[in-house]
Amino acid sequence: MIPLPPLAPPAVLVDEALACDVACFPTPEQYLDLVAAFKDDGFEMCVDVCGVDYLEHAERALPEGVAPTRFEVVVNLLSLSKKQRVRVRVQAGTESPRVESLFHIYPGTEAPERETFDMFGILFDGHPDLTRILMPEDWEGHPLRKDYGVGHVPIQFKEAPGPR
Amino acid sequence: MALEDLQHNFLTAPIEDLVRWARRASVWPASFGLACCAIEMMAAGGADFDLARFGMEVFRNSPRQADLMIVAGRVSQKMAPVLRQVYDQMMEPKWVISMGVCASTGGLFNNYAIVQGVDQIVPVDVYAPGCPPSPETLMHAILTLHEQIRTGEIMKRRHEGNPTHLGHDGGVWTPEVPVTVRMGTPK
Amino acid sequence: MSDVTRTADRPERLTGETSEGAQELTRRIDTASDQLGREVGSVLRLDGVTLDPREVDYERDDDETMIINMGPAHPSTHGVLRLMLELDGEFVLRTKVVIGYLHTGMEKTGETLSYVQGATNVTRMDYLSPVINELSYSLTIEKLLGVQIPERATWIRMLMSELNRVSSHLVWMATNGMDLGSTSMMIYGLRERELILAFFEKTAGLRLNLNYVRPGGVAADLPDGWEDDIEVICNTIEERTYEYDQLLTGQPILRNRLIGVGAITAEEALALSLTGPLLRSTGVPWDLRRSMPYLAYDQVDFDVIVGTYGDNFDRYAIRLNEIRESIRIVRQCVEKMPAGDYRSQDPKVTPPPRARIGESMEALIHHFKLFTEGFHVPAGEVYSAVESPRGEIGCYMVSDGGPKPYRIHVRAPSFTNLQAMPLLMRGASVSDAITMISTVDPVLGEVDR
Repeated sequence: MIPLPPLAPPAVLVDEALACDVACFPTPEQYLDLVAAFKDDGFEMCVDVCGVDYLEHAERALPEGVAPTRFEVVVNLLSLSKKQRVRVRVQAGTESPRVESLFHIYPGTEAPERETFDMFGILFDGHPDLTRILMPEDWEGHPLRKDYGVGHVPIQFKEAPGPR
Repeated sequence: MALEDLQHNFLTAPIEDLVRWARRASVWPASFGLACCAIEMMAAGGADFDLARFGMEVFRNSPRQADLMIVAGRVSQKMAPVLRQVYDQMMEPKWVISMGVCASTGGLFNNYAIVQGVDQIVPVDVYAPGCPPSPETLMHAILTLHEQIRTGEIMKRRHEGNPTHLGHDGGVWTPEVPVTVRMGTPK
Repeated sequence: MSDVTRTADRPERLTGETSEGAQELTRRIDTASDQLGREVGSVLRLDGVTLDPREVDYERDDDETMIINMGPAHPSTHGVLRLMLELDGEFVLRTKVVIGYLHTGMEKTGETLSYVQGATNVTRMDYLSPVINELSYSLTIEKLLGVQIPERATWIRMLMSELNRVSSHLVWMATNGMDLGSTSMMIYGLRERELILAFFEKTAGLRLNLNYVRPGGVAADLPDGWEDDIEVICNTIEERTYEYDQLLTGQPILRNRLIGVGAITAEEALALSLTGPLLRSTGVPWDLRRSMPYLAYDQVDFDVIVGTYGDNFDRYAIRLNEIRESIRIVRQCVEKMPAGDYRSQDPKVTPPPRARIGESMEALIHHFKLFTEGFHVPAGEVYSAVESPRGEIGCYMVSDGGPKPYRIHVRAPSFTNLQAMPLLMRGASVSDAITMISTVDPVLGEVDR
């Protein structure tokens, strides 16, 4: 069991099958403090920040005290000294999702947070430059949301009149 | 295109052959490697599958000096205008080989982010299928292009106003912005 | 899949400028101080204090510098990377990296493909080390599935991963050599790589983007006579690596261009989430194969190469020596390769052998279900990472119990490594900028996914 920093949120899930994987579920208010506490505790690197859109699983099972919202931000932290990983999942909101940016704790989250904004539309307060990173600047919509289509073009065979 | 305006007769035929030989024996590719196919293109230029024997080992970085654009890799929506700009900067006569299935038709990625075929942006002369096409396939495509240059077929086609897939119905072919490229927000 | 309505055409986007608006580098007056700090490469000054643009130490005013574009179509940017630089003469003041020119929507496509098909998608992200991408993806799925992989499959995966690492580093040496001006190195690097690619073609059928490592094991067993092929590969590459060492390492021009250029410290590297040779060059001995071993890396002997100064030369030396270490691992794989199955025999994951389909109804049904729908993976989420030639490549997967992943996110090492660009470029000349991009070794397929 990974010894958690003093500010432990009400809901911490340990998945025994995954051995060294621990997922924490802070509330949006506890989020920044928890990550800062992890950093002081020896988690030197923030490996990744990504988002998930749980549109189709709005009533998923989460630990007690955590109310599921549509968007979630998932942060993976790595401790080189302890050789451990920990995962922080914060519920970002449903209508206009927003969480605080980890940029001032881990400057290496700048690009992943921009990507999460670009793909999901989750806003990060305190991020120095929250602009699109992968899509063109004038693109409308956030592609990885579940209500955004894949954009599949039907392929026609057999003498179909078309631009090709 | 001065060559095609010449009257074809027994005096100009050797000149035409000479010009066509010169055109096909020293095609200089513009380096437009985008993704995995670019690595196979580099391998084709390497020692095992030598492109230098066709006079093509110099990948010109400036499009002004290049004849052939090998679009090697998937073309995303953000890259499409850049591709068109580079193509427009090349001088006539110029050719395009669409290397790989992503450049030819969108390939594995039939989604919002990839242009479904680079022939929606630039006119393509030879399509090389494969994911990625091995250097031998690319060389076959190049040799097909050389053959078309040698017989003069390709320049004749252009002069007469084909390819119709760009919406032209005759007249001198000029590069023009094609009708639909971007898709906007799907669903 | 649903029909797509093509909405308004945008032909003006093709004839107008290729401007990406707010994603580009703007004049200092128009840039917020936090972002200014990032563009100039200050990483550790960001401790909650807002930077005033006047505090950043420039020697030149706004109108004495020039903002130029090393655009996506460039010979030396290793793919479609766009760098915007603010230059004071020959020296770089600020940098901004604009990416997205190869964005393929792979994470979205991954949600529409089954777990076995997903390997074809993931493999095209880092196209120089496809086996390692697939490995990270397969290990993630196997963690969720809870299926046991036979030993032989594990060792085959290790063998192919290390060969892939060698081929990726050889491409790096080739392109790095060319960026520095040594075109012969380009030819040599690609020549050696052909040996490895020929072996890949014999084993998996494809030279590049092999769809070889799958959840449950590998797609096919190693071909007959593989030990001899590997012996030839190892001997040739060892000998030639020694030649490249002699060609390049002592060469004064290379030394002048690489030594002392682009130095970063360990704190900066950790703050910027850098991994791989970039992190190891600063002196931090972090290699996932040694520190958090996966597959059978704890049963083989190899050294983790660590640098001292964090400069370009250290990164060059690390990659050169990693080729040698990988060959060492490959030789041990040949010695220790166990006999057995090359894929798990669990009927829920692996289709039955083709011969049995004609005989048994059950086999037919299993085959049908596995290939039309795909196997179901229990609900859950997991993150699992492996060491790619560029750093830590991880796969975060959320499954909802169906045959297709609900969310698949690949943590690409080059994406976060590119955050080091402003820091590296600060104060360097444009020619040094080229060497720095080269030693960071970004592969744009995984940066943009």
